[in-house]
Amino acid sequence: MARPRRLSAARVLAGFGLATLAALALADLDLARPDPWLTLQRIGAGLLAPEFGDPAALGYAAALTVAFAVCGVFAGATAGFALSLAYGFAPVRWLCILIRSIHELFWALLLLGITGLGPLTGVLAIALPYAGIFAKVFAEYLAEADPAATRALPRRTPPLSRLLWSRLPLALPELGAYTLYRLECGLRSSAVLGFVGLPTLGYLLETDFRQAQYGAAAAAILVYLALILPIRYWMRLRLAPFWLMASLWLLARHPAPPMGDGALLRFLHDAVPAPIRVGDWAGLGPWLSRLLGDQALPGILSTLVLSQLALALAALIAVTGFPLIVRRVTGRAGALLGHLALVLARSIPDYMLAFVILQITGPSMIPAILALGLHNGAIIAHLMGRQGDALTPRLRSDAPRGVRLAAWELLPRLSGNFFALCLYRWEIIVRDSAILGLLGVATLGFHIDAAMQELRTDRAVLLLGVVALLTLGIDALSGWIRGRMRLSAPGMRKAEPETAEAA
Amino acid sequence: MGTAPLLRFDQETLSWDGTAVLEGLSFSVARGERLVLLGRSGSGKSTLLNAIRLKLEGARPAPRLALVPQDPGLVPQLSVFHNAWMGLLDDHSSAYGLRVLLRPPSRERARVAPMLERVGLAGLDRRRVASLSGGQKQRTALARALLRGGDALIADEPVSAVDPRQSGDLLDALAARFPTMVLALHDPARALAVGTRIVGLRAGRIVLDRPTAGLDAAELHRLYEI
Repeated sequence: MARPRRLSAARVLAGFGLATLAALALADLDLARPDPWLTLQRIGAGLLAPEFGDPAALGYAAALTVAFAVCGVFAGATAGFALSLAYGFAPVRWLCILIRSIHELFWALLLLGITGLGPLTGVLAIALPYAGIFAKVFAEYLAEADPAATRALPRRTPPLSRLLWSRLPLALPELGAYTLYRLECGLRSSAVLGFVGLPTLGYLLETDFRQAQYGAAAAAILVYLALILPIRYWMRLRLAPFWLMASLWLLARHPAPPMGDGALLRFLHDAVPAPIRVGDWAGLGPWLSRLLGDQALPGILSTLVLSQLALALAALIAVTGFPLIVRRVTGRAGALLGHLALVLARSIPDYMLAFVILQITGPSMIPAILALGLHNGAIIAHLMGRQGDALTPRLRSDAPRGVRLAAWELLPRLSGNFFALCLYRWEIIVRDSAILGLLGVATLGFHIDAAMQELRTDRAVLLLGVVALLTLGIDALSGWIRGRMRLSAPGMRKAEPETAEAA
Repeated sequence: MGTAPLLRFDQETLSWDGTAVLEGLSFSVARGERLVLLGRSGSGKSTLLNAIRLKLEGARPAPRLALVPQDPGLVPQLSVFHNAWMGLLDDHSSAYGLRVLLRPPSRERARVAPMLERVGLAGLDRRRVASLSGGQKQRTALARALLRGGDALIADEPVSAVDPRQSGDLLDALAARFPTMVLALHDPARALAVGTRIVGLRAGRIVLDRPTAGLDAAELHRLYEI
């Protein structure tokens, strides 16, 4: 059987270019706010003069942000580890795929109806999708552990001993490093959970912005940055037990709303499509076609349009941004500034970024495109830049410097990585495009949010299924393109945990 | 020796990675033999060792085997004690294994100590294997095999990384512990000292198969000529 012809980069690029042009034609790119400069000015003034008027509230929100992240990530890691042991079993694998294809914010929206606006909702909203991600990544790490040690064990060693004595200790350092990396992601997720009402920094940010208190909002952002930028210094595995105990203590003290008995049963009852609930099976067809035709299809289209434009912007930012952190291109000081810019864009969650831009430009697709493009572009640029920096000592000694080095020597060498990273991020961009519907862009998340507000759980659950299928479809398509382009990117997940987010 | 053979190959073809390495192999190993395989790298020693292992594992009743693979297969994150004790993992339940992993009882430490002393690692039982030198790692794998004991040892270059002056002593320790041994070595002098029978391999066939008595080093060196 002949192997299919290799898909050339030029064709892929042309395909994505055409898709981007089509998306441009369909996108709503109006600047709704007549005076974006005025708001921008006031936000700038707020940033220059942040108001720490209520330090106790800020501190408590910061502590809760950390506590949700720590508890959610450790609960997810524990459950994910247990699931990873059975990951070869197809139903377990499917369960993991399903729970990780739904974004933390969607989980939070669903859980609000079951566990209410309390600590459990925040922890579970992070733990559930993360468990699915951990299961996959842990299973891979365990499978990749040095097989020589397992082979050297006596043949009749019990399976559990086999795991505990060889594969687990061999993989443990990587499991730990990956969990640490996920804690950083968890902190971003936790902050964003504030936007659906949980008492984290995102909640302060949102209320301050809505009341046009830009100084106070700036203070919330600065506290968030003060937490996440130095995270590698304060979040260490050695300190994990301490952070975990402190977080549990804090969340246990936080009041949980009374939800009444049977909240879960009521939720499950409501999740059954309305026609079935009343026994009107004939009505199921029209119900489905109405929901799919009026909400799912337009939602999918809008999600794809947004994600396509965001992907294009991310690619543009990655290509122009990665040389910023290569010392041979921008010099020592320049590279430092480049790092600062990229780390800022990376550390602020796309949802938060979109919310802030939305306040400036008014509602349209622009904030979502800019936020997704900036955040994801900065991540790809960071990874490419690090690889580029590592490349420079191996170049010929008379290689050029500056922009010419980036264009002639680095970019061609990194182009394979560039395509692989963009294709990896594609799925995440689509997933996050759906979620940005909560901010008013009519993607799938918009319709899910509306259904939840109207207490139509059945619609929301069905639309969530559509989001999951769309994400899986994009993942499969991206994997297919990577395969046809023969982009193996060996060990990329290992070296660069960020790419594992594609999981 | 006069005992029944431990294993026998009868006109078999052994492959590695889908390619035939040894063709039409007829060959047997008797109980109590100390068989040494010699030959240049790529001559099929490891393939033959592997086939011998599989054959012994498939035998009914299966003999108790100890292995020293070429890649010693240690877990660098665990201590020397733990890596040696791994040789006993199939003698105990998972629960007891977990107990030894987390907090080794002193009687288990006492079982391992003489083996570590025999291979020259006395007092290093609490050291992580990751911090050992290559030779010390190999000694740890030898201690694991010594502790395990059994009817037969299969070892692929078990002393390649230790000081040549001590390799003879370590091979003696193995010979004293295992009634039957199949070793791959690269040093003809050591092979003559430890083995009772020597099998020479060259380009996928057995070119020499004789008892050690009456062989001399010069003859063995010819196996390595081009």
